[in-house]
Amino acid sequence: MSGFLECRGLIRRFGGVVALDALDFEVRPGEILSLIGPNGAGKTTAFNVITGIFLPTGGDVQFAKRSIVGLKSDAITRLGIARTFQNIRIFGAMTVLENVMVGRHGKLRAGPVGAILRTPGVMNEERAAAEFSMELMRFSGIDLNAGARADSLSYGDQRRLEITRALASEPQIILLDEPAAGMNPREKNDLNDLIFAIRESGVTVLLIEHDMKVVMGISDRVIVIDHGVKIAEGTPAEVCQDAKVLEAYLGASHA
Amino acid sequence: MLLAGFWFAFLALPISGPWNAVLIGGACSFMLLAIKLFQTAMTTGPAGEMVARLWCALGRMWGQAAWLVGDRKKILVMILLLLSLPWVLDRYTTDVLVVTGIYVMLALGLNVVVGFAGLLDLGYVAFYAVGAYTYALLNSWMDLSFWPALLAGGALSMAFGVLLGIPVLRLRGDYLAIVTLGFGEIIRLVLNNWDNLTNGPNGILSIDRPTIGGMRLYQPMHFFYLVVFLCFMTMFVVGRLNRSRLGRAWSALREDETAAECMGINITYTKLTAFAFGAAWAGIGGVVFAAKQTFVSPESFTFFESVIILCMVVLGGMGSIPGVILGALVLTVLPEALRELTLYRPMLLGGAMVLMMILRPQGFLQMHGQRLPASAVLPGDVRRGREKTHLGGDT
Repeated sequence: MSGFLECRGLIRRFGGVVALDALDFEVRPGEILSLIGPNGAGKTTAFNVITGIFLPTGGDVQFAKRSIVGLKSDAITRLGIARTFQNIRIFGAMTVLENVMVGRHGKLRAGPVGAILRTPGVMNEERAAAEFSMELMRFSGIDLNAGARADSLSYGDQRRLEITRALASEPQIILLDEPAAGMNPREKNDLNDLIFAIRESGVTVLLIEHDMKVVMGISDRVIVIDHGVKIAEGTPAEVCQDAKVLEAYLGASHA
Repeated sequence: MLLAGFWFAFLALPISGPWNAVLIGGACSFMLLAIKLFQTAMTTGPAGEMVARLWCALGRMWGQAAWLVGDRKKILVMILLLLSLPWVLDRYTTDVLVVTGIYVMLALGLNVVVGFAGLLDLGYVAFYAVGAYTYALLNSWMDLSFWPALLAGGALSMAFGVLLGIPVLRLRGDYLAIVTLGFGEIIRLVLNNWDNLTNGPNGILSIDRPTIGGMRLYQPMHFFYLVVFLCFMTMFVVGRLNRSRLGRAWSALREDETAAECMGINITYTKLTAFAFGAAWAGIGGVVFAAKQTFVSPESFTFFESVIILCMVVLGGMGSIPGVILGALVLTVLPEALRELTLYRPMLLGGAMVLMMILRPQGFLQMHGQRLPASAVLPGDVRRGREKTHLGGDT
């Protein structure tokens, strides 16, 4: 099986700091792949380069056999790569439903003229989008708060909303940046179920996570990066035994 | 506070001599202290409770005002009442209402840029000037009549909106504000100095009045109906744009540009449409202004005008259409009502703004409600959710 999202020799420097140093990895269709590594290893940078927020200094990102380097974030999202953020970035002053419908933006066509005239086509599109978004919110369990301001949600629900919003673009692959951060054990359990359900619905999941329980519980494969390079790859059990991984996490003496 | 006082004393030193400087410094310190104390008093303790209760009462009043436009019959009655105003009021008051109407259009337009899309524009009056001069020039050269000029003014302002939008696409916040401020001044200075085209500071005289089917519109009453019609049109279009896919994109842009881009929103297109649809109303307002005055000169389009329009938006409540209309009403009617106190007017207005920003930074009315074409689009459970979470009027 060849990966349908591939990073080849990805380099990203910030001045003298090398965040990504020829990073190679591939995501296979239908899997849950975790990206782990110590703080500052370059995980979030990798996400930012893939989704077009940063340009890579070198290397290539391919999605479905096509290079996506140089495309803007909105074009990449419309191709089928959606993401969430490490520090929650919901649209706080908008309602929960509006947030999800903004996620649907790329799938809708109505322009300003249609919005002013409210043609039947535009109204049908809006109705369908609202229904689709409600369905998605039921799927992730935040539908009861549809009309509430997004920033009034609990922390866990805000994380869920971010995932729901990303799913609204009907992506082929979703990039989750530390979805379990700051969650209590029950919320983490629910999150695991949600991530499994997302995979079940046919969306590939690429995940950055610090919580080892979450990582070990849900990942098909794990990739460990440190200082911008891949140091290990394999099933969760394999990675746990890897000498280099133990060294990166615990220091040389424990290896 | 003391430091600020010293600073003001130092600044005043060369103008007023040492003793007065000390006095001024002391006064500044005292005023800052008073404001601080006032702020704590108004937000805590019994006085704070009173203020909170006052806002509750005002909120209830607003709720009752919303009842007045609750259904079609009531809306019709209100519109008829509004339309009968010039028959009851004298010419002068009607004229004030015409000016108010023009400002309502301007404020609603600026609200698209500042309130919906979150792009701070300090040079908005430039588009007003573009509209006014479009009519003035086309009328004096080619005898173009009012109605096509209305379209031309709107369209040209839109074009200028895009023109301003392109260089500032990458700018946010303070930087954007400075560039738009510069843009506003550039337009005014060009109008002031391009003598061959604009007749410089002398302005353009004897612009034609509009006509409808052979009837010339020259009475304040005529302009009142024209402006009311245009205001309703602005409300209609701006409201519908807000409750659409584009409106949601504007709002997302205001909340978080990067996140919005990662949702598949084309930032360039979204920003430019905000500038264009904001500027259009200023252009149309400008054409009406030129036709009403029959005279335009650069003097009418100073930075202070931009500031006043921005105040209307901020005071009324950014993003809220009824709020912005209320803001425009207050800031045009109040100065007229205070005409007796000519000298103190700017001070009173400034003081009112300071108090308002301390006590209610979100403006008279807050925006809320779903940015959807109509509540009919929503499944039932969401509508219930909305009633529960959003009390009061509608955006």
